[in-house]
Amino acid sequence: MPSLAETVKEPEQLTDFGPPEYWPFLPPIVQRNYGKWKYHEILKPGVMVHVSESGEKVYTVRCGGTRETSTTTTRLLADLADKYAGGYLRFTSRNSIEFLLDNEENIEPLIKDLTDEGFPVGGMAGSVGNMIHTQGWLHCHTSAGDANGVTKAVMDELHKYYVSDELPAKLRVAFACCINMCGSVGASDVALIALHRRPPKVQYDKIRSVCEIPGTVAACPVDAISPKPYNGKPSVAVNEERCVYCGNCYSVCPAMPIADPLNDGLSLWVGGKISNARVKPRLASLAVPWMPNEPPRWPTAVKAVMTVVEAWRKGAKRGERVIEWIDRIGWPNFFKVTGFEFTKYHIDDYRLGETTMNYSNYVRL
Amino acid sequence: MSNETAKKGKKWETPLLDQLKEGPWPSFVRELERCATTSPRTEDLLGQLEQSYKDNVNHWKHGGMAGVTGYGTGITARFSAMPEKFPGCKEYHTVRIGQTQGYFYTSEVLRKLADICDKYAGGLFDFHASSGDIQTLGTRTDELDPMFAELRKIHFDLGGGGSGVRTPSACIGPARCEWAMFDTLRACQDFVEHYQDELHRPMFNYKWKTKFSGCPNDCDCSGVRSDLSFVGVWKDNIRIDQDAVKKYAEKMNIWEDVIYKCPTKCMSYDEKNGMVIDDSNCVKCMHCINMMPKALRPGVVRGAQIRFGGKVTMTVGARLGFVLVPFYDIEKDKKEGYPFLTELLDRIWEFWDENGASRERVGELIQRIGIGNFLEEIGLDPIPEMIAFPRQNPFIDFEEYYEEEGEEEEQEE
Ligand code: SF4
Ligand code: SF4
Ligand code: SF4
Ligand code: SF4
Repeated sequence: MPSLAETVKEPEQLTDFGPPEYWPFLPPIVQRNYGKWKYHEILKPGVMVHVSESGEKVYTVRCGGTRETSTTTTRLLADLADKYAGGYLRFTSRNSIEFLLDNEENIEPLIKDLTDEGFPVGGMAGSVGNMIHTQGWLHCHTSAGDANGVTKAVMDELHKYYVSDELPAKLRVAFACCINMCGSVGASDVALIALHRRPPKVQYDKIRSVCEIPGTVAACPVDAISPKPYNGKPSVAVNEERCVYCGNCYSVCPAMPIADPLNDGLSLWVGGKISNARVKPRLASLAVPWMPNEPPRWPTAVKAVMTVVEAWRKGAKRGERVIEWIDRIGWPNFFKVTGFEFTKYHIDDYRLGETTMNYSNYVRL
Repeated sequence: MSNETAKKGKKWETPLLDQLKEGPWPSFVRELERCATTSPRTEDLLGQLEQSYKDNVNHWKHGGMAGVTGYGTGITARFSAMPEKFPGCKEYHTVRIGQTQGYFYTSEVLRKLADICDKYAGGLFDFHASSGDIQTLGTRTDELDPMFAELRKIHFDLGGGGSGVRTPSACIGPARCEWAMFDTLRACQDFVEHYQDELHRPMFNYKWKTKFSGCPNDCDCSGVRSDLSFVGVWKDNIRIDQDAVKKYAEKMNIWEDVIYKCPTKCMSYDEKNGMVIDDSNCVKCMHCINMMPKALRPGVVRGAQIRFGGKVTMTVGARLGFVLVPFYDIEKDKKEGYPFLTELLDRIWEFWDENGASRERVGELIQRIGIGNFLEEIGLDPIPEMIAFPRQNPFIDFEEYYEEEGEEEEQEE
């Protein structure tokens, strides 16, 4: 196992030295074959092999984790890395954990240990990836729902599709707790986004001392806020007809609280895609405009996600991502097979400006 | 998971959260409980979250400042809105720590980070935050400087935040992927090292995100998650191993699974000619290569495509990044010290600085003033690769009109 001193040393600068050089953190087999990989194969759910031009093989075992990770679990993962992977491990950008093994014989014992510790092994082709999510009630002041709770409840249902590889194609699911969407969930196959649906309440007594009025007015994307004196002192008024509940004003001005236990809820979006394979990348479209926040397990939202997943699983041809399936059967059929109500809210009346650029990597070079 | 949880760490009854310990997926509540056994402040975090589950709203205060000396960012200050009831959450700040490229770690460095996280935070990590950073949760204001001092000893620096360059991230690239068309990890590390000041002392109108994916599969989601997206591409022909194609033909329907799905229908296959690809019409979507990795491989003339202006909803709406530079010879630029990239960014940032409004992402600015004007300002020619199709409305804002000879004089008289 590489010691601490072999991987990092104290920088000379006091600040701005940047993240540590990554090279010493790469397992030796990766260093030897960096840029020389030839092809890869998925051996079974959660296990793949990459073969180098040199003939060397590296085996990857992937398991799902929780983005919120205790130091106890971190040490446990470190121990597993020591036991099976020469002291190295990595995370994926979707909160999964990967062990890169140079010894094929370590695969099964590692999987057994991971499974015993409660980590599902899977998440590769034909599977759902781990759901990415934001901070939620646990740790963000603008959240309109909880991220960890919804994610856990959804992934409990999707677990069977993480550990197997029977889905028509890759499935990416995500959650964001407000439209700021840390993590850009809006291009996922299935996304839940927490929304407000009631205009902010101006705290007239407070606003003058804690907010800058012109900045607050300017923050609104739909010009719903105007300066309006209150009791002779500068304040603002909100045009409730115009407000789209985006929370921008609250972001810049604490005296415009918008969180509301009755009106905050979850919306469901489908058909986003990031990779360029077959069809261009796309943002997800609205499927269900609003569902209530129902802690601790959000049954309505979980059911809606599973409705889409099951309809797609049954209806899609092999290899079709959610949007490819929907494009083939058409949106009217999508609403029919899912039973979601189509409403006037599904018609986009928000003017976005230009829509004709090449939002993909499709270029004939 | 082993059951040493929560003898200690049970200051609060959490009947609602307890229901999230059931089920087959790993439970974040268990993670919080593990922290709570040694961290009283995380015990209170559990209590406050249970309170949110009862009340259907979060209980964090808006705003408040906290930072590390010498840095303008890296810390997200969090103050509880119920500090009397949950004193441990009174100050429960996030520390963003720049991740290693590709998220590779050793067991020893993780243990060291865990020690620091236990000592100066609530024993709780995010592996990783949406930006790519490692986050620790639960540091008090007066602990920030000492915590940073320990992080510095192991060469871990703060990540970005606020209206500046955010921590960039990259796909695993050449470390374990045969399709990496450029060295994503090196490019990302070079970028973050070069823009330390822009990262740590935010001076822009709003955030700026940068991501690197090695090929158009875009595993790092750069086309949607970043203002500045690099996606690896090749320029020459897909390399075909006809024997391997034949083997695939034995186990799959090449026409059904591959050829019909090619977006530009530039492929064909038969026994006699084998696989034939009209590479001049290939848009490098990766589909055929994904399906037959042993038979088809990307070409060898490689670089990156720069897409630009991608962002999510805040503040005026979501959009994907569009093609700004169809082929960027990143290896060549790297050898020379990145003159092309740094000069391009200087021009874009100057333009953004002069024309943008506060909290206006650069993609929103160019939407507001027009992409044509933006290109002119930054000195790039408009080219058809940038668009899906030309404009469909006739409201053309011509910059000048013709006049009859002598027209002007006439009017002046
Ligand atoms: S999505 Fe919104 S509420 Fe959630 S963590 Fe990001 S800013 Fe906070
Ligand atoms: S919530 Fe958004 S739309 Fe409504 S007033 Fe505030 S900024 Fe304007
Ligand atoms: S984006 Fe391409 S190069 Fe990078 S990991 Fe994904 S498939 Fe490999
Ligand atoms: S990469 Fe895509 S566009 Fe190019 S030949 Fe293959 S399927 Fe067709």
